[in-house]
Amino acid sequence: MIQTDICIIGAGPVGQFAVFEAGLLKLRCHLVDALPQVGGQLSEIYPQKPIYDIPGYPTIKAQELVDNLTEQIKPFNPTYTLGERLDAVEKTATGFNLRTSDGTEIDCKVVVIAGGLGCFEPRKPPLKEIANFEGKGVSYMVKDPELFRDKNVILAGGGDSALDWTIELSKIAKKITLVHRNETFRGAPDSADKVFELAKEGKINLLLKSNLESISGNGKLNSVKIKGADKSEMEIEADYLIPLFGLSPKLGPIADWGLSIHKNQIEVNTTDYSTNVPGIYAIGDINTYPGKLKLILCGFHEAALMAQSAFKHIYPEKHLSFKYTTVNGIESF
Amino acid sequence: MSDIKIKVQDYSGDVQELEAPTDMGLSLMEFLKANEYPILATCGGMALCATCHVIVEDGMDLLNDPGDQEMDQLDLLPNAEFNSRLACQLRLNPDMDGMMVRLAADEE
Ligand SMILES: Cc1cc2nc3c(=O)[nH]c(=O)nc-3n(C[C@H](O)[C@H](O)[C@H](O)COP(=O)(O)OP(=O)(O)OC[C@H]3O[C@@H](n4cnc5c(N)ncnc54)[C@H](O)[C@@H]3O)c2cc1C
Ligand code: FES
Repeated sequence: MIQTDICIIGAGPVGQFAVFEAGLLKLRCHLVDALPQVGGQLSEIYPQKPIYDIPGYPTIKAQELVDNLTEQIKPFNPTYTLGERLDAVEKTATGFNLRTSDGTEIDCKVVVIAGGLGCFEPRKPPLKEIANFEGKGVSYMVKDPELFRDKNVILAGGGDSALDWTIELSKIAKKITLVHRNETFRGAPDSADKVFELAKEGKINLLLKSNLESISGNGKLNSVKIKGADKSEMEIEADYLIPLFGLSPKLGPIADWGLSIHKNQIEVNTTDYSTNVPGIYAIGDINTYPGKLKLILCGFHEAALMAQSAFKHIYPEKHLSFKYTTVNGIESF
Repeated sequence: MSDIKIKVQDYSGDVQELEAPTDMGLSLMEFLKANEYPILATCGGMALCATCHVIVEDGMDLLNDPGDQEMDQLDLLPNAEFNSRLACQLRLNPDMDGMMVRLAADEE
């Protein structure tokens, strides 16, 4: 069991900077993110884009800002659980007990939700009944390739991961079909060439200008119907369907924690960005209040005010005197 | 007159015909937002988020071809159809008169 003062849900720029503001007050932080890396939208959506409205940086690339933040918070030794979604928040006598999708448990005194636009999750094809087949033939990622040995597998998508897994799984699966809406691939040219080669050699079945149309089975996936741009339809038998369409953010489990939510955002009190549940704060893109701007800058400000309030929540009897970092520097721990 | 007419089908299936200016440099995404259609447009028009996805029901041939960045995003959309476009990449111009689009991204 992980024990910490503050558990921050979401390791985007705002969650990262909250570690710094809490650290100045000697509060320890643990960060949880569903993505395997820190940086939230910046690392996942636009790592190479320049940002022009970070004070003190006329221009800085998104990934560079994330790397700098990681460096800036190092003195405060934050701990991380990455690649796991935070699912459950429960009140305890001393604070909160949190649980992730992989069963990791965290005990903390304060919860800070810096969940941005929500959890980055696989995009799902809009097929009726697809939810019923999840884990029963449909999966949105390849965790263990061995699962697909000697099986009939259909992959869908045109990005790098669709190409890479088509090539990898073609070595062990009984039959691989790749379904892609376009005629060309946007992924790495090398991988695309390799996929066309495999198709020419008859080692994979390549269906271009085609889309998934429907799935069927009896308790377990059995077949997938595919529709071509020319409106032709065909049904292919399959043990597995792996749609690989990248990630997009969804509010996810945050909706179930008893917080007051408006249009997928958490309502907060702007004196300290506290939510309607004492001890739970929400900062960055995930919160809403009159005049809210979804900017990194604003999230940083919210983190500073939140930290002061979190300190008072944890140590109601202690007096907090405000200090500049220029006076005392950073006392790490 | 530089105004054109565009038909928009919303999530509930309702179709409205709107007059759109072509002399303001607006993208279709900006125009839809200005008309209070609930599209997210998370990335603000950089062809990076695909939350402005529309399906062109009529007038696909009136449009410029999608650029690389737009194609990348469309290929990542599980519900992309063969006539899918990103509204932020369609700058309103007189050639688009009479087109019809259907909103296809997740609602705000
Ligand atoms: C293309 C683009 C350009 C932008 N340009 C600018 C700009 O120039 N200037 C600017 O100020 N802003 C810009 N923004 C907005 C800026 O990126 C956001 O304001 C910022 O990312 C918000 O940071 P955050 O930490 O609040 O959330 P995010 O960056 O969204 O991070 C939230 C994290 O929380 C995680 N998460 C959510 N729920 C859970 C859960 N239950 N369990 C585990 N993890 C969870 C998510 O996986 C995610 O990694 C831009 C955004 C985009 C998309
Ligand atoms: S607004 Fe993001 S892709 Fe169009």
